[in-house]
Amino acid sequence: MKIFLSNQGNLRNFKSFVESLDLSNPEKLEITTHDKWVTVHPANLVVTAALAIQVGKGNTEIIGELPETGRYLDRMGLYELTKTFSPFIFNKKEEAGRFVPIKIIKTSEDQSRFITDMVPLLHLSEKNARVVKYIIGELVRNVLEHSFTENGAIVAAQYYKKTNRVSIGICDNGIGIWKSLNTYWHPKMDIDAIKLALTPGITGTTRKEGGTSENAGAGLFFIKSMAKITRNYFVIYSGRGEYTLLKYKKRIKGMPRLYADPSRDPHSETNTVPNFQGTLVAVDISLDETKELNELLVSIGEVYDKAIRERKRERYKKPRFI
Amino acid sequence: MKKIINMRRAAGDFAENKDIAKKLRIEKIMPALSKGNEVILDFDGVSGATQSFIHALVSDPIRELKNIALDNLAYKNANDDIREIISIVYRYMQESLSGSSEDE
Repeated sequence: MKIFLSNQGNLRNFKSFVESLDLSNPEKLEITTHDKWVTVHPANLVVTAALAIQVGKGNTEIIGELPETGRYLDRMGLYELTKTFSPFIFNKKEEAGRFVPIKIIKTSEDQSRFITDMVPLLHLSEKNARVVKYIIGELVRNVLEHSFTENGAIVAAQYYKKTNRVSIGICDNGIGIWKSLNTYWHPKMDIDAIKLALTPGITGTTRKEGGTSENAGAGLFFIKSMAKITRNYFVIYSGRGEYTLLKYKKRIKGMPRLYADPSRDPHSETNTVPNFQGTLVAVDISLDETKELNELLVSIGEVYDKAIRERKRERYKKPRFI
Repeated sequence: MKKIINMRRAAGDFAENKDIAKKLRIEKIMPALSKGNEVILDFDGVSGATQSFIHALVSDPIRELKNIALDNLAYKNANDDIREIISIVYRYMQESLSGSSEDE
C-alpha cells in the first residue's frame, strides 16, 4: 500500500487524499510526502496510522527525504508506528503545541482517561472543552461498540491558532459501516450505509423506533449537525464510500438549517474510492462559531424529534380509498 | 423510599462511559424503580454527558416501566446541557412508546 501526504491535507481536500491511496499489496505500507511542505489533518494521520497498525511496524516505512514540516509527523507519533528512524530531533518535554498525538483507545476506561487527559493538551475554554469532549466521547464509543476491531479507536486532534479551530480524526480498521448496518437495514452500497448512519434514529442494532437499551442512532447525526452549525467540514470514509459535509458559507446569515436526510445537506459523496476496511470520521470545529453546547443541543434535538416523528408516521396504516 | 445516585462519583466529571451507565441502570435504577421507589440522579459536579450515556441510563426503564419510570425518576443539579440531553431522550423514547408494537 502507498500513502502520499501532500501539502494540502485538510478536510476540504480529503476526497483527493482518499483517491490517491494505493491499497494494493496489503502486506506493506510505504508513506511518502510532498518534498517542500507537509500539511496533515488528523483525519489523514489516523487513516495512515490505521493502515500502519494493520500491516505492522516492521512492514511500514516513511520513504524519501522529508521537508522540515515533516517534523509534525514525528510530533504526532507516526514514526513510532513505522520501522523508519525519525530524522527530526526535538525535546518532547518542551513541546508547547496544542495537539493530541496519535492515541489508540481499546476500552471504555481508556476512553474516559483519554478524554480527561486530552482537553488540557488543547488548552480549551470550559465551553469549547465540553463540545470536544462530547464529540470524542460519542465517536470513540461508536468504534468500541460497533467496529469489532481488536486494534481499537485511533484518535488524533489538533488546534489551529490561525483559524481558531479544533480538528479531530477518529479511525478504526474494523468491519466498516456497511457491515455494521447490514443486519437490519441492508444498504446497497457503502455510501448508502454512510448516509443511513447519519440519519437520526438509525442504528445497526435494531429497526425499532427508540433503539435498544444501548443504542438510539443519534451520535453521528448530532456530530454532523455540530459541524454544520459551526460552519465546518465533516467527513466519513468507509469501504468505497466517502461523504463530505461541505462548509456552510459565512456570507449566508443566520444559523444553518439542519436536515435529517444527509442528502439534503450541501455535500460531496462518492462510492468509487479505494476500498478501506474500516471507518474514518473527522470533524472540524471553529471555536469562534461555537455556541454554548446547550444551544447546539436544542437545535439538534428539535430536528431529531421531527425526524423520528416523521419516520414513525411513514409506518402508519393509510386509509383504503376504493 | 428514595434512592439517590451520585453521578459524579459513578461517572466522573463528564458522563460518557456507557458501561457505567448500563451498570447503574441494571444494578441500581431498574431494581429500585421496580420496587416502586423514587430514584434521584444527582448530577452535582458533572459538567456534561453524551446522549449515548443518558440513553443507556434511562431508555430501558422508560421502555420497560413506562409511567413508573417517568413518574419516579428525577434529576437533581443537572446543568442546562445535561437537562437538554435528558429531555431529548425523554421525547424520543415516549414518541417510540406510542404504538410501538407496530415497530417490532
